[in-house]
Amino acid sequence: MSATPILEVRGVKKHYAARAGMFGEKTSVKAVDGVSFSVMPQESFAVVGESGCGKTTLGKLVLALEKPTEGRVLFEGHDVAKMSRAELKAMRARMQVIFQDPYSSLNPRMTVERIITEPWDIHGLHKDPAERSRRLHKLLDDCGIAKSFLDRHPHEFSGGQRQRVGIARALALEPRLIVADEPVSALDVSIQAQVLNLLKDLQKERNLAYLFISHDFSVVRHLCTRIAVMYLGRVVEAADSETLFNDPQHPYTEALLSAVPVPDPSIEKRRKRILLTGDVPSPLKPPSGCRFHPRCRYVVDACRTQDPALAEARAGHLAACAVLPFKDKRSDAALVAV
Amino acid sequence: MEPVLSVRGLRTHFVTRERTVKAVDGISYDLFPGKTMAIVGESGSGKSVHALSILGLLPMPPAKIVAGEILFQGRDLLKMTPAQMREVRGNRVAMIFQEPMTSLNPVLRVGEQIAEAVVLHQKKTQAEAWAKAVDLLKKVGIPHPEQRVNDYPHQFSGGMRQRAMIAIALSCEPDVLIADEPTTALDVTIQAQILELMKDLQREYKTAIILITHNIGVVAEMADDVVVMYAGRPVEQAPVGELFKNPKHPYTKGLLASVPSIYERKERLEAIAGQPPDLGAGDLVGCPFVARCSCAMDRCKTEDPPQFHLEGGRMSNCWKSEEDGGRRTHRFKSAEEAAA
Ligand SMILES: Nc1ncnc2c1ncn2[C@@H]1O[C@H](COP(=O)(O)OP(=O)(O)OP(=O)(O)O)[C@@H](O)[C@H]1O
Ligand SMILES: Nc1ncnc2c1ncn2[C@@H]1O[C@H](COP(=O)(O)OP(=O)(O)O)[C@@H](O)[C@H]1O
Ligand code: SF4
Ligand code: SF4
Ligand SMILES: [Mg+2]
Ligand SMILES: [Mg+2]
Repeated sequence: MSATPILEVRGVKKHYAARAGMFGEKTSVKAVDGVSFSVMPQESFAVVGESGCGKTTLGKLVLALEKPTEGRVLFEGHDVAKMSRAELKAMRARMQVIFQDPYSSLNPRMTVERIITEPWDIHGLHKDPAERSRRLHKLLDDCGIAKSFLDRHPHEFSGGQRQRVGIARALALEPRLIVADEPVSALDVSIQAQVLNLLKDLQKERNLAYLFISHDFSVVRHLCTRIAVMYLGRVVEAADSETLFNDPQHPYTEALLSAVPVPDPSIEKRRKRILLTGDVPSPLKPPSGCRFHPRCRYVVDACRTQDPALAEARAGHLAACAVLPFKDKRSDAALVAV
Repeated sequence: MEPVLSVRGLRTHFVTRERTVKAVDGISYDLFPGKTMAIVGESGSGKSVHALSILGLLPMPPAKIVAGEILFQGRDLLKMTPAQMREVRGNRVAMIFQEPMTSLNPVLRVGEQIAEAVVLHQKKTQAEAWAKAVDLLKKVGIPHPEQRVNDYPHQFSGGMRQRAMIAIALSCEPDVLIADEPTTALDVTIQAQILELMKDLQREYKTAIILITHNIGVVAEMADDVVVMYAGRPVEQAPVGELFKNPKHPYTKGLLASVPSIYERKERLEAIAGQPPDLGAGDLVGCPFVARCSCAMDRCKTEDPPQFHLEGGRMSNCWKSEEDGGRRTHRFKSAEEAAA
């Protein structure tokens, strides 16, 4: 692994104008509110969090589909906001995207062959028919798509098959980084496993880096080696995957992990669960101090006024909490018996 | 103990001029007071159609209940008059849906909707019903219920709407609660709250719950017994611990092996190749799982496996279960038998 990140996100914010309150005062939705992280080549990096925490917006900023209100996104060292049209086009060949909804993300009027090969025409690549056919068939093989699909249209396929076509299209230009926004969330479990295995194999064979956006910790644990947890537009914890699952340092991560049901009744029967009260507050009006304080069971007075920065709790393990990382032993008193 | 609900050989088909979709094709089980029966299966496996059949909520035609009995406290719901059915529905058997926004009335205050359910089923004045609505909102954990009772559904978050739906379902203290993917649209921390609430209420009222889900983790957390559905039929039924420890049907084995878990990092998931059959593409021949089954034998291609009773009250619809000493039964009576 080389030492230069393929993707760097530095202090990025995205605020959308909005109106709030009875008189419609002007305000803003702080969809992403100061996020930094980097992804190394060939790394699979996950951004996890509950709905509305800003994951998709972050993905759009990385893909240069939205302009940040503040901060910078660097792809292979270059600021995507400062790229010319031609540079953006070249970048898009190296950074591709896979969407959640395989139903709406493929053009219904195109055949599967056209869908997969269109990026070559856009970029003026592989015009030699023999070369083109060889590459197309390699993609079909790698993604587990039958050759008989080539002249058929997306509506003739199941969700899992469509997602394979979406993946083949994303791979056509041999990108270095794939941004995948909930790529398996719409799929049934047995199909989800097929697509996850495919993503894992492709990463190994093609030395890909993933920015994997998901709300599902089980999926993320299976696929990703580093994880950032988001809450209300911020990263509250980031660590390598095994560390995060075994020793979470932020109270939100701790509660989130305990809320995920485990597919094993013998574990579920003796598991303790931390129940968070209330809902995620609105990003229109995030709470003062630490944004998590209204729902946090470790809250101390200082949390209501002081906003903790993302800081190293252990070597290479970042957490934005002033209390939990410094507790020697966490009390189990507040845990709810299931 | 007597079951509160017994489903016997239920078959619900959608019949149109072009084709017949056998959405539910022979499901039987007993549901006991205070217990949770999980119905698990992939999208399109017939879970919701089965639930709507119990409540008589399917549009008929095209839906048609071809065979079966649904015994609620010993009386067959399928033989009841519409008036009798209305009495059962909402009073004795209640249902909550995946998307609470579509089942709440957007132009009525949440309180009015709960009070309406209370007045419908109990002899109460408007004022008493309103007070009961506040009580119920409090019970399902809505903060400041005295104020929130005046809100409209859009002023509630997804989790609060699902709580309001549960409050309506509970207003009549039902004997059976059918919950169709009640937490699928919710975030995990909110899902944990709702599942905890359902468990508390079950303990308090001894409600029997039919929990429909595709989430294997939710099954492990909530269920006492499980029915696994595939292509409109049950393929395996067992107490939850037994099912996970020792799945019998190849589909159940594949399903359990294909779920990732936060408890361990598997190098590879054991995906089931292929996809479920299209129920509208004509009659299935042989076992519905044959195209994806790694244990398939010759007879599986042509002979539809019957249901085999195994030890411990388990059932499996697989020819392999015959070798395990399973006692053969039928998923449903044949048309001639039913007519006789
Ligand atoms: N009104 C209808 N007309 C025709 N076919 C229908 C109708 N409703 C459902 N079906 C078919 O019945 C089968 C079972 O549908 P059902 O909605 O019960 O599945 P499900 O298991 O609940 O799936 P999901 O998890 O997607 O909700 C499917 O093949 C479906 O296409
Ligand atoms: N174009 C937009 N205008 C106003 N608000 C937006 C817009 N896009 C996203 N938001 C808001 O930003 C927050 C984060 O959204 P999003 O990134 O889509 O969340 P996620 O993908 O994690 O569910 C939400 O509160 C959402 O409503
Ligand atoms: S800073 Fe305080 S409120 Fe915020 S997560 Fe840590 S303990 Fe909880
Ligand atoms: S009956 Fe045959 S094809 Fe069907 S699940 Fe059993 S072994 Fe597999
Ligand atoms: Mg999103
Ligand atoms: Mg359904």
